[in-house]
Amino acid sequence: MRFSKNLTIGQYIHKDSIIHKLDPRVKLITVLILIIIIFLTNNWIGFFVIGMYLFSAIIISKINPKYVLLGVKPLLFIIIITLLLHLFTTKGEIIYTFWVLKITKEGIFKGLFIATRLFLLILSTSWLTLTTSPISLTDGIERILLVFKKIKIPVPAHEIAMMMTIALRFIPTLMEETEKIIKAQIARGADFETGNIVNRLKSMIPIIIPLFINAFHRADELAVAMEARCYKGGDGRTHYRKLSIKIYDNIFLFVTFIVFILVAILKYY
Amino acid sequence: MFIDLKNVSFTYNLNMPFETEVLKSLNISINKGEFVGIIGHTGCGKTTLLQLLNGLLEPTVGNVFVDGIDIHKEKNKLREIRKKIGLSFQYPENQLFEETIFKEIAFGPKNLGLKGNNLIENVKKAMKMVDLDYSNYKERSPFNLSGGEMRRVAIASILAIDPEVIILDEPTASLDPQTRNKLLNLIKDLFRCYNKTIVLVSHNMEVIAELAQRIIVMEKGRIVLNDTPKNIFRNNVELLEEVGLAIPQITSIVHKLRKMGKPIRTDILNIEEAKNEILKIARNNR
Repeated sequence: MRFSKNLTIGQYIHKDSIIHKLDPRVKLITVLILIIIIFLTNNWIGFFVIGMYLFSAIIISKINPKYVLLGVKPLLFIIIITLLLHLFTTKGEIIYTFWVLKITKEGIFKGLFIATRLFLLILSTSWLTLTTSPISLTDGIERILLVFKKIKIPVPAHEIAMMMTIALRFIPTLMEETEKIIKAQIARGADFETGNIVNRLKSMIPIIIPLFINAFHRADELAVAMEARCYKGGDGRTHYRKLSIKIYDNIFLFVTFIVFILVAILKYY
Repeated sequence: MFIDLKNVSFTYNLNMPFETEVLKSLNISINKGEFVGIIGHTGCGKTTLLQLLNGLLEPTVGNVFVDGIDIHKEKNKLREIRKKIGLSFQYPENQLFEETIFKEIAFGPKNLGLKGNNLIENVKKAMKMVDLDYSNYKERSPFNLSGGEMRRVAIASILAIDPEVIILDEPTASLDPQTRNKLLNLIKDLFRCYNKTIVLVSHNMEVIAELAQRIIVMEKGRIVLNDTPKNIFRNNVELLEEVGLAIPQITSIVHKLRKMGKPIRTDILNIEEAKNEILKIARNNR
């Protein structure tokens, strides 16, 4: 139904591009660096640099920028709320008064600044999930977490990765099932759209209970199926796909690093 | 004409990278009191078609008429239409949620405004139709039942709405043969004794051939055949095989006998009929 239509988070689009071929670890680290510098930046030139970098990364990945923007849509509400909050609560030079609300010049700047920050954050993560298949993404996370083991910090890297893989794998299944249950209950005359809040919450029961029951069944079956194939956790497991850093991985990381330096200089200069 | 689909197309994820057209300009009409079977491979658009029939999905192109009303032009009538057209999804037991079987079956009619004695009567009637003893089952939890019983409770929850048209999506999927036959007999009764209009979807040709008055064969979102079972099995066996649907075993035997030069009719659908026909030929030969 409606809510799954606009969800592009976790939806991987396969294209033949250099970005798709990058090592997932490189992309993860890139996004990590991007997040750091997005929070670090305190001026518009910095945002411009990051924006240009992200824009070129999207273009090179051959994914229609429209779909990357669609990922922002579900969070548009939050962005607008933050924008409004800053607009009305910042003290400074008043340029417009409406009832008890005062819009200040500083408020406009600050609001737009925070909104841009959120926008870039979402854009960079949806760029990551659109160009990296869930499997290679969790593969990358597992490898990065293994670094902790080398410096003697015990992290259940494989278990975390496995849980993430399973969770990601079942998101579409559960969504599909939710839709089906909603439809089945509508066919039985259920009404989810009218009435007060209490009634609307009550009307969710016929959806949530079957969904949970089915999810538990699924989890049970999956556990049995995994055990039947002798799954016993991370120790001594080998990988079908070997991750390796290639020349373009290095080039990409180098460019990211330059952007990082650039933004840092812009901040402290 | 009771349900009328005019030039209906349906596309999932319109304007998205995953856009897929599942139904391509279909024209289907279903008459009152008819038993229509819809058959086709997985992914041919059967389930989507069913959801269009009672207004759960809105067609991308085209119109759906129920009793002469364009259901997507007059949205306030959608609930009325769902009261007229009951839809049981594939694996309907996955939608059960109530504490007791009574409450479960009463959910539908209650939503549509039934109260008091009428409600109890409807539940009783629906439970009788699916052969569940009312006093014995009404207080039990729907989750402590066998698979077949759960399926029957789920179907009863649709029947309790007392719809004129009953749409069933693969009602016998993954049931044991005994329960399966029981359920098929129930569907037969709904049609014969309770005068319901039935739309039955299956990919099992044997079931469809035996029960339906008219068969709609779908492939890749289009209607390939729309005719009585007898006509289909007499004339279109090659086409069916091309589409990859097996014809009933008995029909295939009859066709083979025909190829061997026996003067046998080829529109035979069940074993009883075939036996009589073969005996007749055998006697004539003597």
